[in-house]
Order: sequence, then structure tokens, then C-alpha cells
Amino acid sequence: MELDPRFRFENYIVGSANRLAVSAARAVAQAPGAAYNPLFVYSSSGLGKTHLMLAVGHLAKQLQPSLCVEYATVDELVEELNTAVVSGAIEQFKQRYAAVDLLLLDDVQFLAGRRETQSEMLRLFNTLQRSGKQIVLTSDRPPNEIADLDDRLITRFSGGLVVDVGAPDYETRVAILRTKCEERGAQFEAGVLDEMARIDFANVRELQGALNRLIAYQTLGETKVTVRNVRELLGDKADRGDGASGAARGEEFASFLSDLSEVVAQHIDTWRVRVVEAMTYWHQLGYATAMLERTLEGTEEPDVEALLSRYEAAIARLRALEQEATGINPSLAAAEVFKDPERVGEAELIVARMIGGAEAPPGPQSQFTRAEFEVGPSNQLAVHAADSIVAEPGKKYNPLFVHGPPGSGKTHLLNALGNELVAQSGGAMTVACVNARQFVDELIAALHDGTIERWRARYRVVDALILDDVDVCAGKERSQEELFHVFNSLFASGRQIVLASRHAPKTVDRLEDRLRSRFEGGLVVEIQAPDLSLRERLTARYLSQAGIRPDRALLDYIASRPAESAREVAATVERVVQSAQVVGVPLNAVFARKELEGGSAQPAADRAVADARVADPFFLDREKVVWDWPEVPGRAIEDFR
Amino acid sequence: MSLVNYTTREITCKIVYYGPGRSGKTTNLHYIYEQVPGDRKGRMVSLATQTDRTLFFDFLPLDLGSISGFSTRFQLYTVPGQVYYQTTRKLVLHGADGVVFVADSQSRQLDENVESMQDLHANLADHGIDVREMPLVIQYNKQDLPRDLILAKPDLDDALNFRNVPAFGADALHGVGVFETLRGISELVLRRLSTPTGVGSR
Repeated sequence: MELDPRFRFENYIVGSANRLAVSAARAVAQAPGAAYNPLFVYSSSGLGKTHLMLAVGHLAKQLQPSLCVEYATVDELVEELNTAVVSGAIEQFKQRYAAVDLLLLDDVQFLAGRRETQSEMLRLFNTLQRSGKQIVLTSDRPPNEIADLDDRLITRFSGGLVVDVGAPDYETRVAILRTKCEERGAQFEAGVLDEMARIDFANVRELQGALNRLIAYQTLGETKVTVRNVRELLGDKADRGDGASGAARGEEFASFLSDLSEVVAQHIDTWRVRVVEAMTYWHQLGYATAMLERTLEGTEEPDVEALLSRYEAAIARLRALEQEATGINPSLAAAEVFKDPERVGEAELIVARMIGGAEAPPGPQSQFTRAEFEVGPSNQLAVHAADSIVAEPGKKYNPLFVHGPPGSGKTHLLNALGNELVAQSGGAMTVACVNARQFVDELIAALHDGTIERWRARYRVVDALILDDVDVCAGKERSQEELFHVFNSLFASGRQIVLASRHAPKTVDRLEDRLRSRFEGGLVVEIQAPDLSLRERLTARYLSQAGIRPDRALLDYIASRPAESAREVAATVERVVQSAQVVGVPLNAVFARKELEGGSAQPAADRAVADARVADPFFLDREKVVWDWPEVPGRAIEDFR
Repeated sequence: MSLVNYTTREITCKIVYYGPGRSGKTTNLHYIYEQVPGDRKGRMVSLATQTDRTLFFDFLPLDLGSISGFSTRFQLYTVPGQVYYQTTRKLVLHGADGVVFVADSQSRQLDENVESMQDLHANLADHGIDVREMPLVIQYNKQDLPRDLILAKPDLDDALNFRNVPAFGADALHGVGVFETLRGISELVLRRLSTPTGVGSR
């Protein structure tokens, strides 16, 4: 296509906005293919892209007349290509463009979406560039903003120099107006062109249009164009220019954006933001967030603070449980149940079962049987309560609190009760039967080892808890705290609790009220000092255990002696039996009276031995002393070696 | 489509420019497009006929960046005003969070305006949306035309604005009132943020 002779460098006004583009264009025209290849010029319409491009063509041609310069718009190129395809002259088309030394391609933004033309363009581009031919392109936007443009074309278009042409500044506009006036041979009174240049036209084409109108007004002679009426004559054109471009551009959007921010800030629910932030955080760590998610569905604002702290507490608990569980079974690491704060209960149960299974709490001692427990009026209430507990554990008296002086048989009764419970269930029941001293020692050890969770779990899974000498816990804050939780946990699930103490709950000193009230909530029974009939039965039992068939007088005598506890009765029997053995006489009421009330018949030396064995009540306590050492012969040989 | 998504921290707002043919809906979008800095706007998709009439719809995505920590995106749509593109109009309205009704202020276009407004109501009703629930503003465009050709705002209000929604005079070609209108509808739409889902969720 012929180059329009009007568009040359000579009449292209250079200002700050287009200086770079113009010098690049000149360099290209002076040495096509050497400087910037391709040269990609972009700007809004009407700012002189086409002018600049054609000026390159003219100058190049002027410097090298033999140069083959081709100018086309993309639309024309597409049309040409289509015609070539239709007429089967595609080869001629290719050859023609392959022979071009300087290709000027206008409005390449219209390549958008034209796949066929783009691939043809790509081929052409490669051919020309390989042979060092110059390409100049213009567009209304930079290459990467052209919609649906093949990436390979984008990189090729951007491979040389991409330069933009901005809107002319005031001085440039004045210069443009003056040049145009000269071209047109028009003359205006001083200041008119300057006033006109002050109007912010969006582009040079509009500026030129406005100048044409002024020239027309002036030529028609109807109106004299003056500095004062120049804006008026240009009418809303001028108003529009003032309002729509320049400084206002972007500001309108910025102010819209800032207003919008205010509205959003006003109407956004900050609590939702907080909940979602927490959700995102915990979700990333693998925790289920359904609990939080549900609150988002509501329209009411919940107590977010409480909600989040509840959620986080649950997670802390889960973490502790997970650690506990993996300590026993590493394959449980990251198990699902430890990732859902709504399944804490489930996780607790799992861990408790594992631990309960791993280390069962101490059970009742088997030597204390219910059959050997003698019942009399002084303890029958407690025994009766124990028996009904065996019949229906957890149902009737829960907790059962037995109190009485030491040696009155509390420990026996409690252990017997535990054994009965185990026997009754056929061994299915886990019964913890423990002295409070051991309970406290275990707790201290667990605190020390950091295995408190495991310790707790052991007690929380039992089917019945029997705790002897519970008054030992009094004054021990942590023990009471833990006992309180164990108690609640068991009680809530209907499991039997039996406690024994020297004193009734209300007289146990330094026992926390919350425990006291709970202990009193079931049945509190006292085992009193053994009455005559009980003493009689106890005496008979102890004597027969010593291998003595007692006569009535001996029985009556020993039973008639006052005793505070069963243990005292046992000690008395033990003493008279031992003495009789040492002296070597059969035991009868007369000997017993003599032994117990003075006037001894035995030799002094033997007395001393007997006293040594008998006087210390510790050795008389069958509960506290181990009399039968298993495997003694084996151990003796071991020591001997 | 949810207007505000607290989980992904996004606000997505679909605004439809509705009105009779040649009332200036596309012009509104063009003006906005010109004003928005390059990095904030997506490609404006305009499916226009030879004579620059909207054939299907115009679509201008605006990325408003992070507002109060929410990545905010506006999607501006126009519908083709011509009577025979009824199906397209209904389709574009789907999921809209707000509607700008662009009326032509010329007195001779009054009937078209009224007809289009009725059409809007009918289409919203077809989507099962109560018109009173849908954020709506009206723009009286072409107020720059000579006084004898156009109706004044009170007259237009009488004819079109029976719900007394915010109404703006405008000269969309030159940008007057364009952002005021957009601001107006945005405020109405964003006021609904406190409800978890917009009308468009249907």
C-alpha cells in the first residue's frame, strides 16, 4: 500500500510524551533491521502511532530508495490473506510478504481471537526476522494485554522494543496547533491557540478536530474567534475535555474505591472474619472445623471469644490425648479422632481404654473374703449395704462411705466387697481397690513422670472404685482435685464407688466441701466397736484358726473383755495362744485370765520371749504382716550361693 | 453465587446494567473501563454488532483489590436492550446482586423506558426474585441533550421510579454521573453483606 505522504517526521511534533518513541522510530528508519526489531509502539488512539509508523517508512525509503516497504493494517492483512486462501494464492501471499524489507503493521490489537491469522503472522514474522528484515507494529495496548494473542506472538512482539506514546503536554499541544495552522494557512489572534491547548483534549485527533472547527468558524466569518469565546465555540467539547481526562482520570476511580472501602468496613461482620481466620488456621493443621463452620451459617452473632476458647481448649485436650495414645500405640498418630474437637469424649474413651487395658489399677486382695467376715449388730448395717451393692452395683448406695476405728474390719469388708463384685460378674468387672495412700503416691509419681493422663485414665475406666482410708487425702489439694474428677466421671456413668475412712465425712478435717458433700450423697455407715456377740464369734474364729477347739468358758471369758476393734480381739487371742504354747499348757479360761489379768504361772525367761513376740501389736496384725513368704526355699538357696 | 465468602475472603459482586436499547449501558461500562487503572480491570468483553449495538452482552470484570482484607471483584454486565433479546436479558440477570436501570432521558424514549422497566420486573420475577429485595438504582442518561428533547428528573421519577430508589442524572458519554451511579448501586449491594448470602445465591 502507498504510504500517505502527509505523515513524516518533519511534521511530527516531539514532546516529553513521545520523545522515546520518536528517537526509536528514527533509529529504525535509519538502519532497518539493525536497531530495534521489532519496534512495538502503543498508545490510546489519536496520539500519532500511525503517523510515526508511516514516518519511519518515508524516512527509510528516502535513505534507501530500493528498500521494499510495506504498510498494512491487520484488518487489511486479514482480508488479503482470506482472498489468497479463497483464490488458492496463498503461496503468492507468502512470497510477497517474504520479500518485504520493512513491514509496517498497524493496529495489531485486532489480531485478538484470530487464530488463523495469528499462525500465519507467526510464520511471516519468523521468516522476516530470520532474514534480518525490520518490523514495526502499532497497537492500542501492550502485547501482553492483547486478548487471546498466541503466547509465541506475545514474546516475539515484545522481543525488540516496546514503547508507548503518551498524551501530549500543553507545550506540545501548542506546537501541534501551530504546525497545523501553518499547514492549513490559518491564522488566529494571539492567545487563541494557547487557550485551546489549555483544554485537556484526550488525544491529538480531537485537538485537530477542534482546530478544524475553529478554522471553519473563522472562514465562514460568522464569528470572530477570540481568547474569550474559544471555549464557548468549542462547546461541550471543551467541557468534556476538562471533566473527563487529565488529573481527573483515575481520581474518580480512587474516590469510588475509598467510598467502597468504607461501606465494606461498615457492613462486614468482623466476628465472621475472626471465625474464618481461626478455621483457616486450624484447618491447615488438620483439625476439623465443622463446629466453627456451623456458627457461620447463623445470622446471630455468637460469643466468638467463648466459642474460640472452647474450640482451642478442645484441641489442647486432643493434643494431650494424642500424645498419650501414641505413647502406647504409635500407629495412632494423627488418627482422625484426635483431629476433631467435637469427638473429645470419644478420644478420651479410646485413650482410657488403651491405658486401662495396659495397666489395670490394683484390685481387691484375694485373702479377704466375705465368708470370713464376721457380722454382728455393730457392723451389720455396713455389711448389709455392702451385700446390696454386690447385688446391684452402682444402683443402690452410691457412694457407700464406711467409717469406723482402725481394725474394725473396714479394709476386710471393702476388699471382700471388691472380690464379691468381681466374682459376681464372672471376672468381667474391673474393680479398683486401693488404699488412699497408694492413690496419692501414684498421683505424685505420675505428676513427676508426666504420665498424669495415663494415671487418670486408669481410674476413669474402672467399673467400681473402692478407696480405703480416704481421709488420707484430706488436706492434699491436688489429690482431692483428682479424686473429685475421678469421682464425678465414675458417678456420672453410674459406676459404684465405695470409700472407707476412720471418721465420718463431716468430721474429716481439711476435706474439701465438694468432696464432703459428694461422699455424703450416698450412704454413710459406721462400723462400731464390736459388740459381745461379734466378739464371741471373732474369738471362736481366731481360736479355731490357731488350731484350738475352745471350751465355752474360754470363749465367754475372751469375748467378755472389752475391745475397740476386731483387731484387738485378734491380738488378745494371739497373746493367750502364744503364752499357752510357750508354757506348754492347754489353753483354758483360767490360764487366759491369769495371762491377761496378771499372776503368771510361767517361767520368767520364757515370759520374756513370749512378750517379745506378743507385746508388739504390729506382729499381731494379720493384715499388715506377711506371714507366708512364697518360694522361701528357693530364695534361701539363692542367698546361700 | 455468594456475595461475600468469608472462607475464601472474597467479595464478588455482579451488577447488571439494564435498560432499553441505545440508552447508554455499554457507554457506562466503557467510561468505567477507561477510568480504571490497567492492573485493576480485566479484558472488557463486548459482543457488539456492526453498528455498535450490544449483541449478546458486555462484561467488565473489575478487581478492586483487597478491601478490609477481602479480595473484592466486581463484575459489570450489560444486557442487550433490543426487545428481541429477551432470553439473553433473562440469562444475564441470573445471579445478579444488583441492577442499574439506565433510562434514556429523551422524551420520545419514555415508552421504551417504561417497557424495559416492566421487562426487568418480569424477568426478576421469573428468577423468583422479589423486586423489592433486589438492590436497584436508576440512571437518567443523556441529561446533556438540549432541554427541549429530554424529560427532567422529576418527570422521569414519576414515570419510572415508583419505588423511590436512588436515581442519578448522567451523561455517560462524557462520564458525568457514571461513577455516582456505580457508587450508588455498590452501596446498596454491599449493605447486604451482613446477610451471609446474596439474592444471587438462588
